[in-house]
Amino acid sequence: MGQTKVIVGLGSCGIAAGANKTYKEFQRIIESDKLDIELKKTSCIGMCYKEPLVEIIDDTGTYMYGEVDIPRVDEIIDKHIRKFTPIPEYIVQSDKIVSADAQFFEGQVKISLRNCGHIDPESIGEYEARDGYKAIRKIAGQNISPDQVIQSVLDSGIRGRGGGGFLTGMKWRFARNHQSEQKYVICNADEGDPGAFMDRSILEGDPHGVLEGMIICGYAIGANAGYIYCRAEYPLAIKRLNLAIVQAREKGYLGKNLFGISGFDFDVQIKEGAGAFVCGEETALIASIEGARGMPRRRPPFPAEAGLWKHPTNINNVETFINIPWIIYHGPEKYASYGTEKSKGTKVFALTGKIRHGGLVEVPMGISIKDIIYNLGGGITDNKRFKAVQLGGPSGGCIPEHLSHTLVDYDSVNATGAIMGSGGMVVMDETTCVVDIARFFLDFTQKESCGKCTFCRIGTKRMLETLTRITGGEGKEGDIELLEEIAETIKDSSLCGLGQTAPNPVLTTIKYFRDEYEAHIRDKKCPALSCKKLLTYTVAEEKCTGCMACIKGCPVDAITGQRKQVHHIDQELCIQCGVCLTRCKFEAIAIS
Amino acid sequence: MRIERIKPRQINETPEIQVDLSLMDGLIAKYKTKKGNLIPLLQGTQDIYGFLPRAAFYRIHEETGLELNEMYGVATFYAQFRLAPAGKHIVKMCHGTACHVQSVTAITDEILDMLQIKDGETTSDRLFTVETVACLGCCSLAPVMMIGEETYGKLTPKEAVKIIKEIRRSEIN
Repeated sequence: MGQTKVIVGLGSCGIAAGANKTYKEFQRIIESDKLDIELKKTSCIGMCYKEPLVEIIDDTGTYMYGEVDIPRVDEIIDKHIRKFTPIPEYIVQSDKIVSADAQFFEGQVKISLRNCGHIDPESIGEYEARDGYKAIRKIAGQNISPDQVIQSVLDSGIRGRGGGGFLTGMKWRFARNHQSEQKYVICNADEGDPGAFMDRSILEGDPHGVLEGMIICGYAIGANAGYIYCRAEYPLAIKRLNLAIVQAREKGYLGKNLFGISGFDFDVQIKEGAGAFVCGEETALIASIEGARGMPRRRPPFPAEAGLWKHPTNINNVETFINIPWIIYHGPEKYASYGTEKSKGTKVFALTGKIRHGGLVEVPMGISIKDIIYNLGGGITDNKRFKAVQLGGPSGGCIPEHLSHTLVDYDSVNATGAIMGSGGMVVMDETTCVVDIARFFLDFTQKESCGKCTFCRIGTKRMLETLTRITGGEGKEGDIELLEEIAETIKDSSLCGLGQTAPNPVLTTIKYFRDEYEAHIRDKKCPALSCKKLLTYTVAEEKCTGCMACIKGCPVDAITGQRKQVHHIDQELCIQCGVCLTRCKFEAIAIS
Repeated sequence: MRIERIKPRQINETPEIQVDLSLMDGLIAKYKTKKGNLIPLLQGTQDIYGFLPRAAFYRIHEETGLELNEMYGVATFYAQFRLAPAGKHIVKMCHGTACHVQSVTAITDEILDMLQIKDGETTSDRLFTVETVACLGCCSLAPVMMIGEETYGKLTPKEAVKIIKEIRRSEIN
């Protein structure tokens, strides 16, 4: 009988959900009761809504348990481990037991996330056991030339996964064609999009995969140094990357004359970003590595010609690099067999918002948005009506329900006015106000604008002010046209992607939900009942117990009433702050 | 725009804090001659003191020749850097998209209201600094706040206020 394995998922969100405590509880019981169990760590498997996740592998099969808090640990040890009776209610995936949650994995094709949740990210041996470092060995063993490597990347059809969607092979070729003693490979891990966390998950779950992708890139373009520019907000990713770099150096996978290829030297170091969304833009990122304010500069010259310290530089996103070893090892044809004509392979999406099964999913390009939300994501929380999905974060746009048949590939998504971006998918239901969402994104881009281009710096501010007025009940005729005009000007007059795309959330919401803007401006109403200033608060008499909590909370003394008698809100005095709503324990404050 | 990070009022109100500059010796020795050393120097300084003391800028300038205006430009550009010491507990309110959709703003308002401070400020007893941040990457647990290393998910305004009150109570006792 083989030894039973207990594997605890310790990614950042697992830890936030309490996975460290789960791990320690298993550890405590295994040690105190001297159980013959191998306790292991892995990273995020993507099923965030069921964290903390624990996988048990024994002679009978594999069982993934969800929401494993300390009481469940005790129960699982008691029933599953000691009595060999798995607990179906807690199982989310298994090769033996059918679980309702299994649909989350159906239709997924894991290439980028192939190792996430399956290996201990702190073990180079486990990475190697799953075909790790075999792609670079294949290149060395079969004498595949750098040009052939680039051709394979081109043939695979992979496009930049960071949002740009530029053909990766083409980018590599430009960098290769520029002659220089010194060239650089940079991995862009400055994942700043609110609502996207696939890069974090990959870095935490498969750091060696990213390193191998960078090594292959270094070989292909003729670079000998690499940087990983990672957000300081991702401490666990940085820790695991550092460890991976040390392990790779010890094994001789980073250093000089690598893999027996004479003259191929390559090493990698980490640069911690200091918190600026604009550094996701490649020229701003380069400025930041050089130690300056992260402000973009004009292109051309492109980084492929004059990048870091003016040397040819190739920058790709984490998700792009993680695909490279797979493409080289399995062949570009296999990669290209997934996806659509112009968008090959798979894409990872971060499903969040009003969705039942939030998490990370990897699907072949060309699947519809509807399929992702309803089949993998399990539909909308609380059976509310699906309204729209925000794709591509602050640079992207809102895709409304009637376009949910849109296929996820670069061109179909662009046609709606949104962008694929890094793959953040925030689902909104009927209670989400799209005008408020547009205001939210403008608030973000306005703060993050570096200030270099006048139209981005001032234009985003003016748009934010206008949107704040509209959601605050002070919109006026002509505001929509004003927003559209500023938006077009910002798009035309900004140097980098931040400014060029910042108006997208506003433009798409105006395009698809113009009536909601008009309701805010003309009727001073928020159809989603979300904008506080546009609501009327009244006391639902049948529910009010007369507890006086709302009276105490009201900052303008607009609520009157005696103890144990129904209270009353004076609409003349009410400033629509919503405090009474949060104070009431009996849901007796009605909004309309 | 990012210039809004400069908060002259709070800097001027903070009395000059005496720091032991010799703590920076190792850091300066390590980065003195390295290319692109400005950001790592500031990050290292902040790791030592918890913020960027005025005297540290001068010391770095004297030792490395880096210009004060460049350092100040960088320090005010990036969200990570602080020019004033923070409270003992830094409360990071996630205002990412997922948390926004799940009404985190109401929670932040409640906390700020209770502590009687504005976003980015520190309470007068120096116990709490509240900051809104873009995304903590725990979107499926939204709305989320982080205090120190601990992350609290699926919050309601009441729970959030209770958590802060409990920390305050344990500090006072």
